[in-house]
Amino acid sequence: MKQEFPKGEINAITGRSLVIKGDDIDTDRIIPARFLKCVSFSSLGEQVFADDRKELQGKHPFDLDQNQGSNILVVNDNFGCGSSREHAPQALMRWGIRLIIGESFAEIFFGNCLALGIPCMTASKQEITKLQNLVNENSNQIWDFNLKELSISNQKESFRLDLEGGAYKMLYSGKWDATSQLLDAEEKINNTVKNLPYLNNFK
Amino acid sequence: MSSGTLYDKVWNFHQVKELPGGSTQLFVGLHLIHEVTSPQAFSALNEKNLEVKFPHLTVATVDHIVPTLNQKRPFSDPLAEEMLVTLEKNCKTYGIKFHGIGSNSQGIVHVMAPELGLTQPGMTVACGDSHTSTHGAFGAIAFGIGTSQVRDVLASQSLAMKKLKVRRIWVDGSLQKGVYAKDLILHIIRLLGVKGGVGFAYEFAGPAIEKLSMEGRMTICNMAIEGGARCGYINPDETTFEYLKGKEYSPKGQEWDNAIKWWKSLVSDSKAKFDDEIKVDGSSIEPTVTWGITPGQGISIKEKIPNPKLLPKNEQQIAKDACKYMNLEADQPIEGTSIDVCFIGSCTNGRLSDLQEASKIVKGRKVSDGIRAFVVPGSQKVAKEAKQKGIDKIFLTAGFEWREPGCSMCLAMNPDKLEGRQISASSSNRNFKGRQGSANGRTLLMSPAMVAAAAINGKVTDVRKLLKE
Repeated sequence: MKQEFPKGEINAITGRSLVIKGDDIDTDRIIPARFLKCVSFSSLGEQVFADDRKELQGKHPFDLDQNQGSNILVVNDNFGCGSSREHAPQALMRWGIRLIIGESFAEIFFGNCLALGIPCMTASKQEITKLQNLVNENSNQIWDFNLKELSISNQKESFRLDLEGGAYKMLYSGKWDATSQLLDAEEKINNTVKNLPYLNNFK
Repeated sequence: MSSGTLYDKVWNFHQVKELPGGSTQLFVGLHLIHEVTSPQAFSALNEKNLEVKFPHLTVATVDHIVPTLNQKRPFSDPLAEEMLVTLEKNCKTYGIKFHGIGSNSQGIVHVMAPELGLTQPGMTVACGDSHTSTHGAFGAIAFGIGTSQVRDVLASQSLAMKKLKVRRIWVDGSLQKGVYAKDLILHIIRLLGVKGGVGFAYEFAGPAIEKLSMEGRMTICNMAIEGGARCGYINPDETTFEYLKGKEYSPKGQEWDNAIKWWKSLVSDSKAKFDDEIKVDGSSIEPTVTWGITPGQGISIKEKIPNPKLLPKNEQQIAKDACKYMNLEADQPIEGTSIDVCFIGSCTNGRLSDLQEASKIVKGRKVSDGIRAFVVPGSQKVAKEAKQKGIDKIFLTAGFEWREPGCSMCLAMNPDKLEGRQISASSSNRNFKGRQGSANGRTLLMSPAMVAAAAINGKVTDVRKLLKE
């Protein structure tokens, strides 16, 4: 089946959730280095959390039957720390993740997700714990994420989420793919070049 | 909001415009690429029919996947060979200078760029590798980026960035004998936590920082990212200028004099405003070793592995996980912990002075029975200079293996890997689960001299006991 990747405005995401518990989960764990030996991202989805999954022999959240097809991931503190490899969000995205909610995210990981159109939303430790418990109690429930209202809710509960303004605007307007915007400023780029001493023989 | 800092000044020079999303379009003065995070960026460029805007501002090398035993082409690993061929092809197609195997200038990207004089004060540097923060040692603003951003830099020589806050970390005093830059940065990360730097650029300053060599400064800035800071930097001074003088890509003649004038003007003002300031007493730091699974889980060689129950509540779970994974007991001294493998190398500690300091410990001694110990120079230049100084011989005589340059076991995208539950003393930067190539392998981070001491004694050792007068 060919996957649809995020495109355009990311205002709403609906689906089932799954939980990865633990602080400081680094990108080496999300996708171990040996899987970086590739010139394309296409096969990374199968290898996400490879070592953790192997260790848990089918009991890892990404292997459990009830979590197949889920698209919302709920994590804890400092998720995605470590290496800058975009392979990590790529692997999550290709497994099917379209939204990540956590206590906090490492900066490069956050930026990489944004560049792929995957919102990384935050909430307090307390709220995340509550949300994780609800998700684990019933993995079948459908969650609605609403960017404008900064919330995620099922039929009973609603959680308030946070996202810094710049990322919000980029997702809301669909302009999270930065290349075309950056290229718009051709003349200004050339002006910057003219004013940088080290590109002008320090004159 | 910070003002008058080097970060502010460099930022202003490189600001192209404000973007609608509230971020800034920032010009990138030096773009470094390698084989792991660039192929998909070039594909995307190709798909979008875009050119590389300023090919002469991008420089390439190969480091992560290169084997360190035999670098004959084609590499025995076909996937590694394919990645290198792809990079060679992309560099040729787009007119990018490539420092390949056998060029005499190949090496770990964060080792080779500084030694060529490519990294200079006042630049913005970007690379698809988190340890790009290394280049901040020169008073450059340097940060790691993802592959989509590598594509953006290739296409537009710029990035969408949010301005960071600036925290000054003032280190008083001077480091004791047997205590190195690596100990200092492990100590700082322990103090501030692995996410303490999120949202910040770290300015490292103060007497203890000023006394560091350029190589020590690179070690400090290299690991700023392990403390969560996107970049770390040190104001340029005479040490910086001395290092850069005469380097291949450094300015020459009149340009050199003008450059120094400009570089000096970038230094943080005495009245600069920082968003946050902390003080560290450099002279109280002892050799530091990590015992856990994040670089923040470090203790001095004199301390015992912490008891998770006695830690602050938010650190208890990760400490418990760490003890279990590392198979180390709480309340046991870290000194004396048995080791299987000793690795000296990486972009943190694979420079000439690292090898030199470690060789002083090794000289006239033998690697302990049953220990696999090896040295991987950070670049071809490091390897060459080390050989000229006879450093390779010291290691070889002691029973170390001497390898070809590359990233090696730091992240094990090459044949250098831990096996099974092996535990390593490593001069690299990350002790994450599975980081060194075995899904359950274990890593203790420490200075190269401490790794050397561990190799000699077969266990974690206070290097000061092996220092010769």
